[in-house]
Amino acid sequence: MEFNKIENLLEKYFQGETSIAEEKELKDYFSSPNVAQHLEQYKPMFGYFSQVKEQKSTQDIPLPKSRDNKRNVAWLSIAASVVVLLGIGTYFYMSEKNAAPAVAQSELGTYDDPEEALAATQKALALLSSNVNVGIGSVQYIKEYEQSKNKIFKQ
Amino acid sequence: MNQNVFIELINPFKDKVFRLAKRLLTSTEEAEDATQEVMVKLWNKKEVLDSYNNIEAVAMTMTKNYCLDQLKSKRAGNLKIVHNNYTDREPQLDKKLEDSNSLEWVEKIINQLPEQLQILIQLRDVEQYEFDEIAKIVNMNETAIRVALSRARKKIRESMVNTHSYGIQ
Repeated sequence: MEFNKIENLLEKYFQGETSIAEEKELKDYFSSPNVAQHLEQYKPMFGYFSQVKEQKSTQDIPLPKSRDNKRNVAWLSIAASVVVLLGIGTYFYMSEKNAAPAVAQSELGTYDDPEEALAATQKALALLSSNVNVGIGSVQYIKEYEQSKNKIFKQ
Repeated sequence: MNQNVFIELINPFKDKVFRLAKRLLTSTEEAEDATQEVMVKLWNKKEVLDSYNNIEAVAMTMTKNYCLDQLKSKRAGNLKIVHNNYTDREPQLDKKLEDSNSLEWVEKIINQLPEQLQILIQLRDVEQYEFDEIAKIVNMNETAIRVALSRARKKIRESMVNTHSYGIQ
């Protein structure tokens, strides 16, 4: 009677129609010592399923618990570099602000009166143009060369 | 969600993930790597974890997909490697199996099944999931699962019977 039941269950099992409870019954039967001779061949199969289920992962799972911390460190370093950059920036900005007017006052003469400025400008431009004329005067000689050259080489 | 809560959450199915990975990837080391990978992925999703109504099924699906990806890339890699190294191993494996016991035989037979069938055998016959849970994990309908499972079981039986009658044991 027992055989019949198990055989029926096996038939259902191979059709994929057994329930979890029925499969458990099969497993229990095949792990018991009194398995019928002609069903012996199924023993390893069910034995294997039970055996495999005992396998366990032995390792601990190292969760990246530092994930949040890492993010914090990242933000912290960004913040730190911003602070440093701001510090350097303001230092240069301040020192330039202090230095700039002093340089302007001492190195470049300025005129407050426009007429005086005009006169000074004209004087400076006259100086420049007279020097340019000196240059042009010396270039006049080249014309002499050209005239004599034209006399010799007929074009 | 803090770490302890998360550990509590994954503990019931951590080994199932490991066993499924081991079924597909064969080596224990790779299975442990896969388990770790899946758990870290889950942990990274911890903000949305509460919105899943079955975290275990999600984890098993992730494991399945991860392992299949691994296998795919391993195979792609294997093609590049010179083949003699692969064939060399065959006789050794056979020899090893000759003197191994019948449970290892079952393992070998299952390993020769297509991956999809291996997954089903693992989920149903080893982990004893209900069909509706398996349906969620592998994204198949229950009838298709029953049919495939029946095919897988019959294949195992066939190979076992052959083993028996050829008297390899």
